[in-house]
Amino acid sequence: MELFIQQLLNGLTVGSVYSLVALGLTLVYGILHIPNFAHGALYMMGGYVTLMAMTKLGMPYGIAIVASMAAVGLLGVLMERLVFYPLRNAPPLHDKIAAIGILLFLEAFAQFVWGADYQTMPTPYGDVVTVFGFTLTIQRILIIASAVIIMILLYLFLKKTFIGASIIAMAQNREGANLVGINTNKVAMLTFFLSGSLAALAASLASPINLVFPGMGHLVILKAFVIIILGGMGSIPGAIVGGYILGFSESLGATYVSNDYKDIIAFAILVIILTVKPNGLFAKEGR
Amino acid sequence: MAILEKRRLWLAALIAAAILFPLFVANGYYVHMMTISFIWMIAVYGLNLFAGYTGYLSLAHAGFFAIGAYALGILTVKAGWPFWLAFAAACLLTTLIGVFVGLVALRTKEHFFAIYTLCVGYIIYLIIDKWDSLTGGVRGFIGIPAPADIGPLSFQTPVAQYYLVLFFLLVVVWIMHRLVYSLTGRTYIAIRNSEELALTLGISTMKNKLASFVLSVFFTSLAGALYASFIRFLGPDIAYVSVMFDFLTYLLVGGIGTLAGPVVGTLLVTFLSQQLQFLQDYRMLIFGPVLTLLIIFYPHGIAGGIIRLKARRSEARRLQLEATQASAELAAASRQERSERYAKEG
Repeated sequence: MELFIQQLLNGLTVGSVYSLVALGLTLVYGILHIPNFAHGALYMMGGYVTLMAMTKLGMPYGIAIVASMAAVGLLGVLMERLVFYPLRNAPPLHDKIAAIGILLFLEAFAQFVWGADYQTMPTPYGDVVTVFGFTLTIQRILIIASAVIIMILLYLFLKKTFIGASIIAMAQNREGANLVGINTNKVAMLTFFLSGSLAALAASLASPINLVFPGMGHLVILKAFVIIILGGMGSIPGAIVGGYILGFSESLGATYVSNDYKDIIAFAILVIILTVKPNGLFAKEGR
Repeated sequence: MAILEKRRLWLAALIAAAILFPLFVANGYYVHMMTISFIWMIAVYGLNLFAGYTGYLSLAHAGFFAIGAYALGILTVKAGWPFWLAFAAACLLTTLIGVFVGLVALRTKEHFFAIYTLCVGYIIYLIIDKWDSLTGGVRGFIGIPAPADIGPLSFQTPVAQYYLVLFFLLVVVWIMHRLVYSLTGRTYIAIRNSEELALTLGISTMKNKLASFVLSVFFTSLAGALYASFIRFLGPDIAYVSVMFDFLTYLLVGGIGTLAGPVVGTLLVTFLSQQLQFLQDYRMLIFGPVLTLLIIFYPHGIAGGIIRLKARRSEARRLQLEATQASAELAAASRQERSERYAKEG
């Protein structure tokens, strides 16, 4: 039983990270209807920028995360301006291929600048605490807490502010949003900024537990795709719930099924879902 | 018809050049490079059939390539089958897996299809990587035999292997040519252009998509099996996303949805990669942006660009011809009118 609860806590940590990544992906999908294969590269860049801000510039962990969120957010905006905006009227095949091009470029870039080694990120929250008889590091509590806070803030931003409402309006109907005077270009840039920042935050939080290396985004991005298909492409609550479902199934699967094959669980879930429902769970009807 | 004749001449010249190549280039390294490019070309033709002509981006093709390669390796080394039997079995097995994947995957559309196949590709990679006892895992799989002799033909030397691969490439190109200009090929293009319209016209899109997908998997597995018998060493990274990316780059540089595209693109990119070899792992620093820029500014690739240029030129010529004809008629008409007037006044 103790093992089970320990694994649930693990699932909660992993799920928080997945949810943050999937949120960024689902936001962009909702606005532009493109699966951004380069999102994993943003995640990876987030990890590196935080690490470098801490080791090279000597910033404290918290400030480094904020810097990294800003930097990667801007990178996302750059991506939208330089690549996805010119391709807005192109066939859907083109966006996907362009995104794969960016992904491989950023990975090669990271390897070129920072090397291919696995690097550890130091954290001031590495201490172990015992809560109700369960041991966990403060870092894990930090991950869970900050993910939940960010999700609430994002929700309030989207529902309660004018700019947030314009993002939702654009996701519902691009032309309609344009007609009522929403600057769709600005909203698209803002969405990419949010998406990049969320990826950077997720990477910065997860890196002290995992490691920082050029390929760190691969599995995460694939799983984020699984999550947004699980939760419905473009759905924000879906991304959060899907992230935790995947986190729990992985940590339980690793304990009770097989640690070697735990990464396959996500893909098996996806294959099963798409086999039964080819448009994803919670697909919008009548479209 | 003059155009057809000209094209046939070009084709004959190209084939002759490919056949004569090893006789004139004594450098074994270049023969090796060409053989490898031919193998890539076969795989890229597979991808082209499905992505270029049918309009679906499959990201699992590197996985199918790897299944073909590993199936050949496992059947010859572990099961001890005769080479050509294993060769045929490897292609058939991969194609069979392709049928099952296709049956399920093709129920999804566009983005879902790309994501689905991406995940299928990753599952294949993970299985190859983790199933140590069968595939050798990260250590790789060694000792795959070279193609066995067929009667008096022996494939032990690199030059003989070059001709073997060239033979398969020509067969693939021939099949593609027959297919693309047939009703079936037109059907695939109709599906690419608008699946709903094709469905309205009474085309069974599912059946056609599946046939196209399975054939494209077959070509890719053929390339994989040839790769295994030529390189004779396999690692799990041949199933990886970066191989998929290489295929896509070759296809896009050459021209997606054209017959010449895979040949042009593969030759050009492998040649350039050779020149950029000092970059090694960092070559994606150049090829990543190149691919992205290409898809933004020049999405038809080299072969596609030439075809468009030709079409535009012949269109311009036709317009010019019509214009001169029209002006000649006009001149004739006015001359006639004038002469009539003179006759009246006269």
